[in-house]
Amino acid sequence: MKRKITVTLIVIACFLLQCTLFKSLAIASISPNLLVIVTSSFGFMRGKKDGMFIGFLSGLFLDIFYGGTLGFYALIYMYTGYSNGFFRKIFYPEDIKLPMILISVSDLACSLLIYFFQFLLRGRFAFRYYLMHIIMPELVYTILVTVFLYFILLQINQKLERAEKRSTGNIA
Amino acid sequence: MRRKPKFTFPARFLLIALTILCLGMVYASYALDITGSPLNTVAGYVFIPMQRGINYVGRFISDKADNLNDLRDVMEENAQLKAQVDELTAELNTIKLEQYELDNLRELLSLDQKYPSYKKVAASVIGKDAGNWFSVFTIDKGKNDGIEVDMNVIAGKGLAGIVTDVGPNYARVRSIIDDVSKISAMVVTNNDRCIVHGDLQEMNASQRILFTDLKDSKDEVTEGAEVVTSNISDKYLQGILIGNIGEFKKDANNLTKSGTLTPAVDFEHLEEVLVILDKKESGGETE
Repeated sequence: MKRKITVTLIVIACFLLQCTLFKSLAIASISPNLLVIVTSSFGFMRGKKDGMFIGFLSGLFLDIFYGGTLGFYALIYMYTGYSNGFFRKIFYPEDIKLPMILISVSDLACSLLIYFFQFLLRGRFAFRYYLMHIIMPELVYTILVTVFLYFILLQINQKLERAEKRSTGNIA
Repeated sequence: MRRKPKFTFPARFLLIALTILCLGMVYASYALDITGSPLNTVAGYVFIPMQRGINYVGRFISDKADNLNDLRDVMEENAQLKAQVDELTAELNTIKLEQYELDNLRELLSLDQKYPSYKKVAASVIGKDAGNWFSVFTIDKGKNDGIEVDMNVIAGKGLAGIVTDVGPNYARVRSIIDDVSKISAMVVTNNDRCIVHGDLQEMNASQRILFTDLKDSKDEVTEGAEVVTSNISDKYLQGILIGNIGEFKKDANNLTKSGTLTPAVDFEHLEEVLVILDKKESGGETE
């Protein structure tokens, strides 16, 4: 229960920061994608199910406030969280390489899906342009923010895991 | 609480169930035009107060920082402006006389004012699209303040966008520079109509949007000509300034022209907007 509340609060906080503070800090009108970081991190830290739910929640917020079609972002983010869950077995908290790679790939995949469904299908074919001016800058910026945000998320997760272990230990 | 482990569904099945739910929602929002009103209501009451708070704090800090920088500039400017005031007062007096004359003449001709003064409500921009693909923003007024879908939003002297979704205390506005935005417009000089598109690529490259299908058979349109919303648009009120024409050229079909347009509104620094509470009366439903 505590975990659910904490995670929901994290998602809400990141969503709010993403559409207010980070929009003001945007470089060349590109801002980082915090929700992908959260979804992906909890995916490989906690597994498929948690990643899936957190992705669904993040996507749903985006859909309600900024999406054109309800359910589109929810779907994309949900699958991002779920696929990151496959890497839980090879995830070690001390190692930063795997999280970096996974978060980058997730962000790239999300951007490409959005481009494909919302731009390519409307006849915007200049893929190279969008790749160089939207997708890559967003990726770089997101990786930059990951360095800080990932450690915060990791700390929170470890604290939660310790608390969970303690409470089950006491009762047993 | 150490009972038998509860039976839980494997993640796979949950994924399939949620996928079906999402696809259902996508279908519902396309086919039935449902935009999740109950969700809007709940989300509106949870998020909007927080968003407002963050913006308030952010603006407070940036204002304080700006204040210190601006003080010196302002003093210098003050001296200049005082001189300008004198000059303008003299000018104003002449204009007042002319206005009086004009009013009399209008009355004589029983001309209505061309653009009726619409009822408007002011709102602050409290959030922008979380991604980098679209130009959608939320404002802090909603259904409770009388805002409805399809109302026009203006900022400064020009058109900023149109309301596409309303919650109880917030509304979502799609700006005219958004990639999917299309507006029927006309050039002021000869009332020739064209279509104004938002375009992410052009906007990123040169802060401009595109226009197409301009007829202009007599070559009267020049660079810098003003473009306003047209009389045949079904959602936009007539005569709101969109922007000024930049460069343009004849299309391959030799009949129409297309080119770029500099929007009248500064979308980078959009903070306060006005929502026009009058909606365009267009015959029949536009579904």
